[in-house]
Amino acid sequence: MMRRFFLISVPYVWLLALFLVPFVIVLKISLSDVELARPPYTPHFDWATGVWAFLSELDFENFTWLAEDDLYWKAYLSSFKIALISTLLTLLVGYPMAYAMARAPSEWRATLMMLVILPFWTSFLIRVYAWMGILSNEGFLNQFLMWTGVISEPLTILNTNTAVYIGIVYTYLPFMILPIYAALERLDESLIEAAEDLGCSRLSAFWLVTIPLSKTGIIAGSFLVFIPVLGEFVIPSLLGGSDTLMIGKVLWEEFFSNRDWPVASAVAVVLLLLLIIPIVLFQRNQQKQQEAEQ
Amino acid sequence: MRRMSWFNTVSLTLGFAFLYVPMLILVIYSFNESKLVTVWAGFSTKWYGELLQNEAFLNAAWVTLKVAVMSSTIATVLGTMAAYVLVRGGRFMGRTLFSGMIYAPLVMPEVITGLSLLLLFIGIGLDRGVMTIVLAHTTFSMCYVSVVVSSRLVTFDKSLEEAALDLGCSPSEAFRLVTLPIIAPAVISGWLLAFTLSLDDLVIASFTSGPAATTLPIKIYSAVRLGVSPEINALSTLMIAIVTLGVITASLVNKRQMVRQKRDAQAAERG
Repeated sequence: MMRRFFLISVPYVWLLALFLVPFVIVLKISLSDVELARPPYTPHFDWATGVWAFLSELDFENFTWLAEDDLYWKAYLSSFKIALISTLLTLLVGYPMAYAMARAPSEWRATLMMLVILPFWTSFLIRVYAWMGILSNEGFLNQFLMWTGVISEPLTILNTNTAVYIGIVYTYLPFMILPIYAALERLDESLIEAAEDLGCSRLSAFWLVTIPLSKTGIIAGSFLVFIPVLGEFVIPSLLGGSDTLMIGKVLWEEFFSNRDWPVASAVAVVLLLLLIIPIVLFQRNQQKQQEAEQ
Repeated sequence: MRRMSWFNTVSLTLGFAFLYVPMLILVIYSFNESKLVTVWAGFSTKWYGELLQNEAFLNAAWVTLKVAVMSSTIATVLGTMAAYVLVRGGRFMGRTLFSGMIYAPLVMPEVITGLSLLLLFIGIGLDRGVMTIVLAHTTFSMCYVSVVVSSRLVTFDKSLEEAALDLGCSPSEAFRLVTLPIIAPAVISGWLLAFTLSLDDLVIASFTSGPAATTLPIKIYSAVRLGVSPEINALSTLMIAIVTLGVITASLVNKRQMVRQKRDAQAAERG
């Protein structure tokens, strides 16, 4: 009995103290006002004045501020747009790869799988950094294109949204490929043969049989890309330009440059609320998949 | 054997070229003589020499390694406990909240995790340094460990544990002698995952570290913001080499183990 209590309570207390409590603090500070002090917000909780005096000083001012200032609206919308477009691009690049892997001779598959996973183990920062040397004005891509004569002037790609899209597709590709590959590998090939025997062309067999049967993989992969990209910081900060608005970057600057902790906390709370919907949808998809497997 | 269609061959070739050419360029140009990263001026290993004399980088690497070893070890213990409780613990009060707290950090944007932990550390007056980074890394990586370990626990035959208990093992002996050897591969891959996540993390470490403790990603990030540099290329090459060696070794060991298991199973069938 003691043993069970110990097993449950140690990780439980750890997560309560270092995951749940910090959120309550973020929520509280998002309702506070900024102040020139250490720590730079007010009110502070004080047992002497009591709980109600403390609560009455909290307000939603920061949230009205977020709603009124254009910057935040635009940042949320543009993060959403960038996440959506890059998820679609990753799907377009990842699906053919996952499909080809699932169709490859079985003795190759383990190696191909390892080749997809290997970049995932290498540092994220380094993989983003690698593109800085490629996309800059005197970078390898421009050198190559000018050498082949496709362009005569270097293209400006680094520090634009295009570079951000390339960076996201590059770093998140394994997350898209793996679930789709898992779904396609399970697919019974005789179903496609049956469709073709019954008069489907290869393309329509692909649309009517392969795509619907890999749907759970497509959905899982898309959420695995979409959800983290929404709060992404490293990619827009290294590859994006000054006009690349993403909410992760806004939060970072609000905190580190403007030192406005209450607004940074409010930005975090709103981002979290926006993420709840895709996370719930993702969970439901995973549950459906598990039930289908049983 | 079926031959690959030209479409599949092309998409695999292009896809893997996309994944590997950028890293290849990085590696090649780390051996470039010139300070200008995009102009080839002859083979040289001088940037590796300079890197090894750069005390700031070496210090940061040491801090990063310390943090990664400590946080991944604590995270493996806590994550394995959490997985065991979730799969075998039955019902207990607050179980839904517990499993929610295990899964939520996996999808939480890093900026939010970092911000909330920093506000906690400031709130309780904890000085920021190596310890706070370890606490932060342990918290999110224990969730990854728990997911990896519980997926192994779900598939393993509970009657093996029960048999050990029937034969007179105490619960802790049954865990040590039966459960642990069976889930060991998952525990090890959980540790490796936690270790790499910690090595790799920039955002959470930036929020939770103080001036006294700079990790390698923080150092790299501040150098890289100023542009591409051959020293960073050399550092990246070293890191890529270490990871590649590690992954290849792990997969070879894994393969050998699978072959042995298959042989054992066949031997058992023959009786």
